[in-house]
Amino acid sequence: MESSASVQEARQSIREEVRRLCQDFPDTYWQDVDKHEKYPQEFVSALTESGYLAALIPEEYGGAGLGITEASIILEEINRSGGNSAVCHAQMYTMGTLLRHGSDEQKSRYLPAIAQGKLRLQAFAVTEPNAGSETTRIETRAVRKGDRYIVNGQKIFISRAHYSDLMLLLARTTPYEELKDKTQGLSVFLVDMREVKKGLDIQPLDIMVNHHTTTVFFEDMEIPVESRIGEEGKGFRYIIDGWNAERILVASESIGDGRWFIDRASKYATNRVVFGKPIGTNQGIQFPIAKAYAHVEAADLMRFTAAAKFDRSEKCGAEANMAKLLASEAAWEAADVCMSTYGGYGFARDYDIERKFRETRLLVAAPVSNNMVLAFLGQNVLGMPKSY
Amino acid sequence: MKIISCMKPVPDPASRLIINETKTWIKDQDLTFVASEADNYALEEGLRLKEKHGGEVIVLSMGGEEAARVLRSGLAMGADRAIHLLDPKFKGADEFAAAATLAKAIEKDGGADLVLAGVQSDDLGTGMTGTMMAEFLGWVHATVVVGVEAAAGGKSLKARRELEGGINETVELPAPAVLTIQFGINQPRYASLKGIMAAKKKNFKVWTAADLGLADDAVGKAGAMYEVKEILIPEKKSKVEILGGTAEEATAALVEKLRKEAKVI
Ligand SMILES: Cc1cc2nc3c(=O)[nH]c(=O)nc-3n(C[C@H](O)[C@H](O)[C@H](O)COP(=O)(O)OP(=O)(O)OC[C@H]3O[C@@H](n4cnc5c(N)ncnc54)[C@H](O)[C@@H]3O)c2cc1C
Repeated sequence: MESSASVQEARQSIREEVRRLCQDFPDTYWQDVDKHEKYPQEFVSALTESGYLAALIPEEYGGAGLGITEASIILEEINRSGGNSAVCHAQMYTMGTLLRHGSDEQKSRYLPAIAQGKLRLQAFAVTEPNAGSETTRIETRAVRKGDRYIVNGQKIFISRAHYSDLMLLLARTTPYEELKDKTQGLSVFLVDMREVKKGLDIQPLDIMVNHHTTTVFFEDMEIPVESRIGEEGKGFRYIIDGWNAERILVASESIGDGRWFIDRASKYATNRVVFGKPIGTNQGIQFPIAKAYAHVEAADLMRFTAAAKFDRSEKCGAEANMAKLLASEAAWEAADVCMSTYGGYGFARDYDIERKFRETRLLVAAPVSNNMVLAFLGQNVLGMPKSY
Repeated sequence: MKIISCMKPVPDPASRLIINETKTWIKDQDLTFVASEADNYALEEGLRLKEKHGGEVIVLSMGGEEAARVLRSGLAMGADRAIHLLDPKFKGADEFAAAATLAKAIEKDGGADLVLAGVQSDDLGTGMTGTMMAEFLGWVHATVVVGVEAAAGGKSLKARRELEGGINETVELPAPAVLTIQFGINQPRYASLKGIMAAKKKNFKVWTAADLGLADDAVGKAGAMYEVKEILIPEKKSKVEILGGTAEEATAALVEKLRKEAKVI
């Protein structure tokens, strides 16, 4: 066992080195990327080449073999620097599904290349127009035909599909009506989009944030049977398995955002003089910032509690969900407070507050809305009746 | 080639600096420290020389826990081992005392072919430590270096120096030598995640004043040549004056004012 001091030291080093890398990508970089809806390729390359996105890939496959705690620190620092982890977090979000349920064949085929940055796993296709929060209602069909599956259907809000080689896809393999247990009948596929010959159409979606989000249409798309992960019909279970990791990671991105807003707001409140004194001397400005700060820090404790449990392979559903809830709300509170502190200038693009404001709002709603998180806590943790 | 690269911990440029009670330094208890920027260029140059010519790169730093952090960062970037000069007695050193201490450590480690330092530090910015270190070692040195080449298996060095007015000069030095590296000479690499994990296993020596055989009055504040009396934030003054008359008259008046009032020419 490594000593906890050396583990802490390494975590601190990871934090500092990611921070140093991010310093080379200042506000102006992210503003430009946002304004022109570009993909921040230089940033993603720097991060990939330095191996940070491979944090969760086991050492035997060329990754760093670290835990969710380290991964969460990396994403937090990106957001804290003013950047946006959303451009590249999917590899970490989906890694659990591939690691836990992928075959040795699949892992040795894909993981080393992903770890080396030669292969991108950045797209995760679950949501559909008729199935958002209610995942078990998805309609995209994968029908087996010999050694292939034929996929038909439509996915919406699929981020980075244009900037990924692989796509983790959830599709129906048994019709809903034929199922007794509605959580069955779905399967997960690791689609190698480079090898898809026809039937895959990716269309950009115009949305409030620079997420490279798309609508994906499948029309008789053929994929080999070997692209299925795990058993047929168990896909929903496999995806759910990844949810705790995802929630912890979303929480950490929120905490990064929250700290960024607090930094900006407290500096601006100290420097901006109105009625002959800094606006920060007014408690109407100062206290909301202090309060948001306390909320961000409290959420951070829950994040580390959840992450530590996750890394010890303990049950952490309650903590992971609470971390996601508390952190995304605290970040949004900090964002709102920061807007108030900046007055009109918060709306001026040059000040960059409005960009982060838009970006952090997403974390309340996606990848899972806080209502669903509350439903989980109410029903699964507190044992109250189910609402749906 | 054996290369020793010096790294000075300085407050993170993003931190808010507050002057301490005695007005002799900033409150540094709660600050985050990073390697002085020029030292990263120096280390990168050292790593590149090693990649080309083989050998080892050792990072060397004096200071408290903040120095250990900076050294870990150097190891994560790819240095082979680290030497941390850690002793409460080292506190309060000026450039002279720091150079004396660093030079002793270099000697204790068996010398080197090349010692690299940043051209100046982000905090004090006097640019003296590197050259003084060379004097203590009795080695040749070159300052404000913008290009380094090694020849004869590292026994001879060619350094390009930046002069005023956009001119460079090339000098040849026999090893061992000290070079102080200018900002922007290269693009320092990022520490990789694997580099960070590997850093934990690298050799990390910690030496005190006694280990270096240095007397108490030769190190830290006691060994310093000067004392900081006060640090202060310059008063901000702004005054605008429009000089009338013809262009010639205005120019003459401006020169007069710059000379007599502003005393800048
Ligand atoms: C920028 C962006 C990027 C995205 N990227 C991806 C991606 O890469 N891959 C992917 O698969 N998806 C992605 N999504 C989709 C996202 O995960 C969904 O939007 C989200 O899961 C919610 O689904 P929905 O939009 O259909 O909302 P709905 O399910 O229609 O819900 C609407 C609202 O009703 C609430 N609600 C529903 N049922 C209940 C209930 N029983 N009790 C209380 N409240 C309820 C919800 O919480 C929500 O607030 C992305 C979305 C966005 C905006």
